[in-house]
Amino acid sequence: MTREEVLSSVQDIFRDIFDDQLLEITDSTSAEDIEDWDSMNHLNLVSAIEKKFSIRFALGELQTLNNVGAMINLMMQKI
Amino acid sequence: MNLVTCLEYPLDIETILRKKKAIKRVLEETKPVIEKNIAILGGSTTTEIKNILELFLLKNGVKANFYESEYNQYYQEAVFENQPLAAFKPDIIYIHTSHINIGCFPKVSESEQSVQSLLKQEKLKFQSIWETLDQYDCAIIQNNFDLPPDRSFGNLDFSEIHGKTYFISQLNLFFAEQARKNNNLYINDIHYLSASIGLTHWFDRSLWYQAKYALSYTAIPALALNLSNIINAILGQSKKCLVLDLDNTLWGGVIGDDGLQGITIGKETALGEAYVDFQRYAKELKQRGIILAVCSKNDDQVAREGLSHQDNLLSSEDMTVIKANWDPKYQNIREIAKEINIHPDSLVFFDDNPVERDAVASQIQVVSVPDIGDDIVHYIDYLDKNGYFEAAHLTGDDKQRTVYYQNEKFRAEAKAGFDDYQDFLQSLEMQAQIKHFNPIHLERITQLINKTNQFNLTTKRYTLAEVKAVSENDQYLTLYGRLTDKYGDNGLITISIGSIKNQQCHIDLWLMSCRVLKRDMELAMLDILVARCRDRGVKEIVGYYIKSPKNNMVSGLYEKMGFCCIEQTPDYSVWKLVLDNYKNLNTTIKVNND
Repeated sequence: MTREEVLSSVQDIFRDIFDDQLLEITDSTSAEDIEDWDSMNHLNLVSAIEKKFSIRFALGELQTLNNVGAMINLMMQKI
Repeated sequence: MNLVTCLEYPLDIETILRKKKAIKRVLEETKPVIEKNIAILGGSTTTEIKNILELFLLKNGVKANFYESEYNQYYQEAVFENQPLAAFKPDIIYIHTSHINIGCFPKVSESEQSVQSLLKQEKLKFQSIWETLDQYDCAIIQNNFDLPPDRSFGNLDFSEIHGKTYFISQLNLFFAEQARKNNNLYINDIHYLSASIGLTHWFDRSLWYQAKYALSYTAIPALALNLSNIINAILGQSKKCLVLDLDNTLWGGVIGDDGLQGITIGKETALGEAYVDFQRYAKELKQRGIILAVCSKNDDQVAREGLSHQDNLLSSEDMTVIKANWDPKYQNIREIAKEINIHPDSLVFFDDNPVERDAVASQIQVVSVPDIGDDIVHYIDYLDKNGYFEAAHLTGDDKQRTVYYQNEKFRAEAKAGFDDYQDFLQSLEMQAQIKHFNPIHLERITQLINKTNQFNLTTKRYTLAEVKAVSENDQYLTLYGRLTDKYGDNGLITISIGSIKNQQCHIDLWLMSCRVLKRDMELAMLDILVARCRDRGVKEIVGYYIKSPKNNMVSGLYEKMGFCCIEQTPDYSVWKLVLDNYKNLNTTIKVNND
């Protein structure tokens, strides 16, 4: 899977979780940019990503990620 | 794709968790039937549980308003004065606790006595929660305990008195005992649920450390489905009748082509044994009061021949109605509902043929038609895991119910021989008992109040505690009726609650089970109601009709009984009867109140 494909698939997940089919994300998108991106929805995102890509994030791995780009970089190591 | 099917077994967990907001939007397009206040008192985080439970309830026509306790404040919010909760007026309180909330497990150095005292402490904690919550007069749903994800004692954890597994088993036995004693207490069996999912998938350490969820995200939909089934049962919305296809559903093969010797049933082959096991499950449902019926494209005689196979566990006698003909199945299913006098939304239709399933599902949308595939191995799971037939309690009447419906069929056959309906009623030799509510019947009365939809003038629902309160308050005139006839005892089948104000009796509630329709039982009830009213100096009876999606059959009841209309809108009407000139209406039932 290329990085672009992963980003597009992650975008679909964001669209479902935030219930906004027009939402566009880029590497620089962060919790600041999406109003509903709180800690609960962060868990929902992570859980959906883990299921979709059959990967697991280690405890603590996610706390250091501050935008979508960093998240996808981490995912690319696991896929 | 129909987004809502992800909420049926086998649950599409990924879709539910990801698309819950879209699913909710779809579900909200259909107007819910009832609104209920549900309080969740959590011993761990409950946000997603609430969100997902909301979906399952909406699917069942229940719009829930939620109250959520502060994180892990289940005990404090239950036991101490709690004005926000009181103001919320809960219909149901759900206590979401798990092994996480056990205050203190025994240490290996402790004596047997001190283990017992730890157990007692834990029991008392929950007992005081239930007792204090009693003030809200509502149903309490309580989780029992799941097992922890680890056991440092190894296998000894089960047998040693210091083991956590042992400790939890003792507590769960205690919960079971309490639920048998307290009719308002319902156990959400997460011990079973976690076993069914597998403890490895049930508990997610990472999610616990990060967000204090006592179960994994993956497990939440199954928990919510299980809860929604209990809530369905409490609200009297569970299914009542299982309609079964025959060929390739109850046995392998086609009886019309393969003949009695050619169909696959019986323990000699793997496939035959699977069909026997499925029949065993259906039979167990029947034994606890679920009605079974057959809907099959076959000649009647051929279908009955198939049912007579010696290796079947189910026979023609187990089936309350058998519709074996070549008419469309949706027509037969409508007739099955009519013959046993239940609404089609109380039916589950089970057929291996996807074309038949689609035809029935599209013609009668309220019938549940699980998409069972064509592999017999999974059939039981579709019935069992969807929880269609969840019961709140097993009352004596439940175990008897299939007998009533079978007697109903004998009565229908007898009726064919009479020209005059009154003669027919006379021939039934009916005897009724109509009396004030009595403590031993309160449970059955509550059950009937909450599940009767058709002959129900106001469709008001009461909890057990409310029924008890009304029965003890002399401002209310309560009546229940039992009816017996020469074919058998119909049990307790009708209820009325009147409130007395200024020499008027207002009928807040009047309902009757459909299994005694057209037997003049309502006339006998009114006669007794009038007599009791006269005893108390009441001059007028005021009746109300509140329209619901299902109670059209009684829209004209008060008019037929001689009441005058004093107010009428399309959804609501008020009727008055002056008692001075009232003459008894019932001529066919002997009322025996000794």
